[in-house]
Amino acid sequence: MSKPVVIANARIVDPASNRDAPGAVLVEKGRIAGISSGAPQGIPDGAETYDARGLVVAPGLIDMRVFTGEPGHEYRETLASAAEAAAAGGVTSFVLMPDTTPVIDDGALVDFILRRAGAKASVNILPAAAITRGLKGEEITEFGLLKEAGAVALTDGRESIQSAALLRAAFTYARNFDLPVIHHVAERTLIGDGVMNEGPLATISGLKGIPIEAETIPLARDLQLAALTGVRYHAAQVSTGAAVDLLVAAKRRLSTVSAGISINNLTLNENDVAPYRSFFKLSPPLRSEDDRRAVIDGLNSGAIDTIHSAHDPQDTEVKRQPFAEASDGAVGLETLLAAALRLVHSGDVPLITLLRAMTSRPAELLGLKSGRIAVGAPADLVIFDPEFPWVVKEASLRSRSRNSAFEGARMQGAVMHTFVAGRLVFSHAATAEGADA
Amino acid sequence: MATSSPASVTGGQGVARPAFRHRHLLGISQLNQYEIVDLLDRAEAMIPISRQERKILPTLSGKTQINLFFENSTRTQSSFEIAGKRLGAQVTNMSVKTSSVAKGETLVDTAATLNAMRPDVIIVRHGASGAVELLSQKVGCSVINAGDGAHEHPTQALLDALTMRQHKGRLAGLTVAICGDIANSRVARSNLLLLGAMQARTRVVAPRTLLPRGIETLATEVFTDMRQGLQGADVVMMLRLQHERANGRMIPSVREYYHFYGLDEEKLSFAKPDAIVMHPGPMNRGVEIDPAIADGPRSVITEQVEMGVAVRMAVLDALLADRETEQ
Repeated sequence: MSKPVVIANARIVDPASNRDAPGAVLVEKGRIAGISSGAPQGIPDGAETYDARGLVVAPGLIDMRVFTGEPGHEYRETLASAAEAAAAGGVTSFVLMPDTTPVIDDGALVDFILRRAGAKASVNILPAAAITRGLKGEEITEFGLLKEAGAVALTDGRESIQSAALLRAAFTYARNFDLPVIHHVAERTLIGDGVMNEGPLATISGLKGIPIEAETIPLARDLQLAALTGVRYHAAQVSTGAAVDLLVAAKRRLSTVSAGISINNLTLNENDVAPYRSFFKLSPPLRSEDDRRAVIDGLNSGAIDTIHSAHDPQDTEVKRQPFAEASDGAVGLETLLAAALRLVHSGDVPLITLLRAMTSRPAELLGLKSGRIAVGAPADLVIFDPEFPWVVKEASLRSRSRNSAFEGARMQGAVMHTFVAGRLVFSHAATAEGADA
Repeated sequence: MATSSPASVTGGQGVARPAFRHRHLLGISQLNQYEIVDLLDRAEAMIPISRQERKILPTLSGKTQINLFFENSTRTQSSFEIAGKRLGAQVTNMSVKTSSVAKGETLVDTAATLNAMRPDVIIVRHGASGAVELLSQKVGCSVINAGDGAHEHPTQALLDALTMRQHKGRLAGLTVAICGDIANSRVARSNLLLLGAMQARTRVVAPRTLLPRGIETLATEVFTDMRQGLQGADVVMMLRLQHERANGRMIPSVREYYHFYGLDEEKLSFAKPDAIVMHPGPMNRGVEIDPAIADGPRSVITEQVEMGVAVRMAVLDALLADRETEQ
């Protein structure tokens, strides 16, 4: 068992208790053992003390959308390398998407992930299981057995189920086992050959556009089916103001629906794509600045519940292609918090609101004990410097893939220490930037 | 009819002409109006070379030109080949089609391979918008875009402009109606950019299913009625309708398309009496254009092909010969 830890002189930000105050946190036996305002009290013998003067201590982040390449494409990312990237980004738990080879659509594969993660990964990996066999959108998987094996949620990952009848059946059966369903909303025929946000920029670039209705039409369908079935429904990611409007209307009637958003859609827009920068080819696509403003409002109002990295490692080979032929996706675990802090520094989102969407809110949706700073809760914690300046360098990313949408970006705010169950899993002092500082 | 010819054809001799400042020609969007006029003047001076008996002006002798066409295009490839040969370059055609993709070679790999052969210029056509720009970043020589997806086809726009200038004596103030499959056309985009830069009035004429969102940012006026769109036009430019578009998704049938958007005598009567008719080829007679008009007195379609060689000679000369005099 690790030594007791005291984090002293910190600014404690805990969205679950609405706390944003100076104080100290005591960690013993992997759990939070005490919280005090002011100086720490009752320090046990042999405790390791971290002086967090000028720093924020918050619950470790919970990222609801992470892809890896294990099993099947380990050259892109393994569970261990993803966990290392997560720890560096202050992420102490992440929901693992089932889009692997083979697809995680069977209890034995959930078990495989949990055992591999337990042996190799420094952070908590929460496997999500496929809604449909092979992510084909045709037959539902064994929800009950998958839950028993340890799946925390059901999702078809990057895929979007097109059949309303199948979705209805899946939602109904998921409710039977009280499993949340996380669904990527994308109307395939409206997307067609589309590769970026539809509009003048796509037209000038000669690229096929993806209209916002490719998101709002399936979202409207899903929200109605969620009302019909009573399932715990989470729209995996929205990107448009029109989707926020739909969520606001649905949430007036339903407490069982929620929605997530990728940090990319909150901090970047379609202008970042030009000219043909395939590292900004994402799904959903980067939208207009008007939509970006609207989703920030949606985050502040609570219409959007969670922020995730959409970490999606792709090798350079499939990204350095003509734009339309390149794969979607970007890595993001390591830059999640720093990128999110842009919204705080720009005055768009209060820090506690931002952190709520990455800590207590995902914990509530997934039924986790973590995501809060409370006595007895797992000591999954992040200490970060909200002002620390640094530049994202492809070469220093821990992920096995380098397809970052923030390559070369200037960041204000960096993770200093990350703890999982009271154990230090990342320390900034051990990094190049830390050594420079 | 023609504007005054410059005294010589290359920057090195005779009249002083500023060197062409670009290494690549990737799109009209990179050119300002002075550079467009410069290229058109250079091209105009190239016209007599192709009309004389010994069709050679060896400014590119010893240079290697690779034509890299990922999409089939007999006419554009031949035009670039002839242009290069008339300037004395050694020209190699590489027809890649989609087979290299099937073999797993990426565009970037192909670029690296060709670059190692030390060419002086690579002419690229590719089905994906932006692909030529990507390739240009990976090679050490000049690159000319011979069409990338639905993005740009700069030499086509230049040859169209040269043809218009030959007939109308100017570009500024002309009303040019571009008709047909605007959504999928790189020819339309390059022409809109060029004509916009030269202060011509541009119109796009098409059914709404073939008009992309935001096209009004590129064209002066947008019409869905062809008669209104051709009213008073100096130039009528028809675009090819890919047969697969008329499959009930975008267009219900060729018959309906021709009825409303095919260029026939009656619709053409709305344009100015001296309006010229253009088409980048290859034509679908009876789909977007009445054969009688395509072959009629107002058609300048074969002249466009001739101007194409002159324009491509001028572009090659500007990119390669000027570069040499710089060094």
